[in-house]
Amino acid sequence: MTVHPTSPNFKDNASRALADGQLQRALGNVKKGFIEKRQLAADRLPEFDALRDSARDIKNHTLAHLDLYIERYEEKVTASGGHVHFARDAEEAKEIILRICAEEGARTVTKGKSMIAEEIGLNAHLEAAGITPVETDLGEYIIQLRNEMPSHIIAPAVHLNATQVETDFRRVHTHLDAQRDLSEPVQLLTEARAVLRDRFLAADVGITGANFLVAETGSSIIVTNEGNGDLTQMLPKTHIVLASIEKLVPTLEDVSQILRVLARSATGQDMSVYTTFSTGPRREEDVDGPENYHVVILDNGRSAMLGTSFEEMLRCIRCGACMNHCPVYHAVGGHAYGWVYPGPMGAVLTPTLIGVDKGGHLPNASTFCGRCESVCPVRIPLPKLMRHWREREFERHLSPATMRSGLKFWGYFAKRPTLYRMSTRLGMGVLGWLGRRKGRFASLPFAGGWTKYRDFPAPQGGTFQERWRRERRDGASRNSTRVDAR
Amino acid sequence: MTSAREDILSNIRRSLGVRGDERTRRAIVDERIERSPKGLIPARGQVSGKERIELFIAQAHAAQATVSHVADASEAPAAIADYLRSHNLPATLRMGDDPRLQDMPWGETTLEISRGVSDGSDLNGLSHAFGGVAETGTLVMVSGPDNPSTLNFLPDNHIVMVQAKDLQGDFEEVWSRIRFAYGKGEMPRTVNYITGPSRSGDIEQTILLGAHGPRRLHIVLVGE
Repeated sequence: MTVHPTSPNFKDNASRALADGQLQRALGNVKKGFIEKRQLAADRLPEFDALRDSARDIKNHTLAHLDLYIERYEEKVTASGGHVHFARDAEEAKEIILRICAEEGARTVTKGKSMIAEEIGLNAHLEAAGITPVETDLGEYIIQLRNEMPSHIIAPAVHLNATQVETDFRRVHTHLDAQRDLSEPVQLLTEARAVLRDRFLAADVGITGANFLVAETGSSIIVTNEGNGDLTQMLPKTHIVLASIEKLVPTLEDVSQILRVLARSATGQDMSVYTTFSTGPRREEDVDGPENYHVVILDNGRSAMLGTSFEEMLRCIRCGACMNHCPVYHAVGGHAYGWVYPGPMGAVLTPTLIGVDKGGHLPNASTFCGRCESVCPVRIPLPKLMRHWREREFERHLSPATMRSGLKFWGYFAKRPTLYRMSTRLGMGVLGWLGRRKGRFASLPFAGGWTKYRDFPAPQGGTFQERWRRERRDGASRNSTRVDAR
Repeated sequence: MTSAREDILSNIRRSLGVRGDERTRRAIVDERIERSPKGLIPARGQVSGKERIELFIAQAHAAQATVSHVADASEAPAAIADYLRSHNLPATLRMGDDPRLQDMPWGETTLEISRGVSDGSDLNGLSHAFGGVAETGTLVMVSGPDNPSTLNFLPDNHIVMVQAKDLQGDFEEVWSRIRFAYGKGEMPRTVNYITGPSRSGDIEQTILLGAHGPRRLHIVLVGE
């Protein structure tokens, strides 16, 4: 596994993804499941949209006072017998974790699903030091067997079909009967459960991420459906929490507000199965739980986002709704984005974390349809932030020459309204006439990238500006000026 | 060389354009933590008495838990034995030291009872919940010798007793009770919110029960 980004090759990645039949079949599951379930869950709760406002406000308040909440949180963790470590970057975080593992003489560590661990490339670092990391989330376990990165932040193996998982299990679980039946998904789940149960019980250290850190109590919170995160953190002698600075929330009440939008946005559940609040190590009277409790707080470029337009991205609670609703993600899946975070949130976050020179392609992979923003539980203006990146990419002359000259060409007309109106009307007229029989084009000069995967519809009626003017005029009497932007 | 801690805090402060010692900012943070304002509470859970019990049961069912409702704790052992029998499960049960569980008339059943933490080999575990949340059918479990946290996750079948009087409408009421029991700003080592049995959708986005935690969650609700 590597964290070496392939984001600069987004276009090639995307082309490969579009031609990958297995992937395209698997991606059908994203469209099918997530969207409808989220909508049903939102409809069941009349206050859902108001709670999104509340979640946004809590996050904004916390970010504006982040230094103070981190200090409060640290005090509380220490008072409960835990240890807080600070890491400026990935290297420091990996060193801290390795040092703790070494102090414990750890040979195997179990891991709950953590995107931050992927971000810093923790597994490779542990392996290099002779420690075996075992991913325990079913999806993460599957992709670890395949030496792949997650393709989705809450469904890491969403790019795979059951038959592929079966092949991997037969390849790796060689101690089991080769004749066993694995044709049903439930048989795959049962096998993974049995294999991983032994690993849970044998682990020396458990590493989890955190969905939230509560300043009031010094608690770390994980939200899971499988229960793997809980077994990871309660069974080994030492529990290490890896969390980035923006996971802070002030109080238990604040986290309760955000929990009401998290699972609904992610999986369409009212609540995930397990929401666990951990505060410090095992107490004197306790009969189970970890003896040592460490929290590693990672910055890795986030503090520099505060006070900029990208601060809003730090509200993200990693629900995955933006990618579940993204037509680009539906088409190419998560691996095409080339790093840890895919979809619209990845398109905004990746250039921040690995640099616009490497991640600058990703914000271009958007149709600006606005669905990501419309479902974001903390109302991050993702299209606006992607536009910011495009502007920066252009300003820094990182965009390709064809695109720059294309924009210049368009700019020439756009700055001359009469000429623009005339030429668009003319262009539309010609295209409409040429396509009048079929109503669509299977190929067009200069638009091969479009027509390779779908037909280009022949224009009908007037230009956008004509329609806009007409609807403004007609709408004045109906008091409606809405134009369908799609 | 400055420490990572100092660097991160001063970077945050530089980005925010603050120093960190501003009295008003500190007062805002102190007050937020002290007062812990509740925010927006959905109307769904704002019911009491019989309605609250019915909502809790309906929401627990929606999360694929099963529920038996008994009038008194003395009826619980028989109800649990019935549950195990009707699901063809062995007549064994592992539980912690909670006196509310210990004091029940287990002698009236043929269940083989064992006590203490789970080592991962127990099929059936029994715990007593701190409370429940009607809004979502969620159980609230706190760690300690009375109800070891391992029993919430390792057994195949988890049976949880909860008192009807301990059902809250919403999560915020649970936190009030936790603060009353443990002190403001203090927490038990672990609080588990449990809503239904363990599941995974990681294979082709088809939800399957019994991923790493219990395959079944059965709630025994006690009292009116």
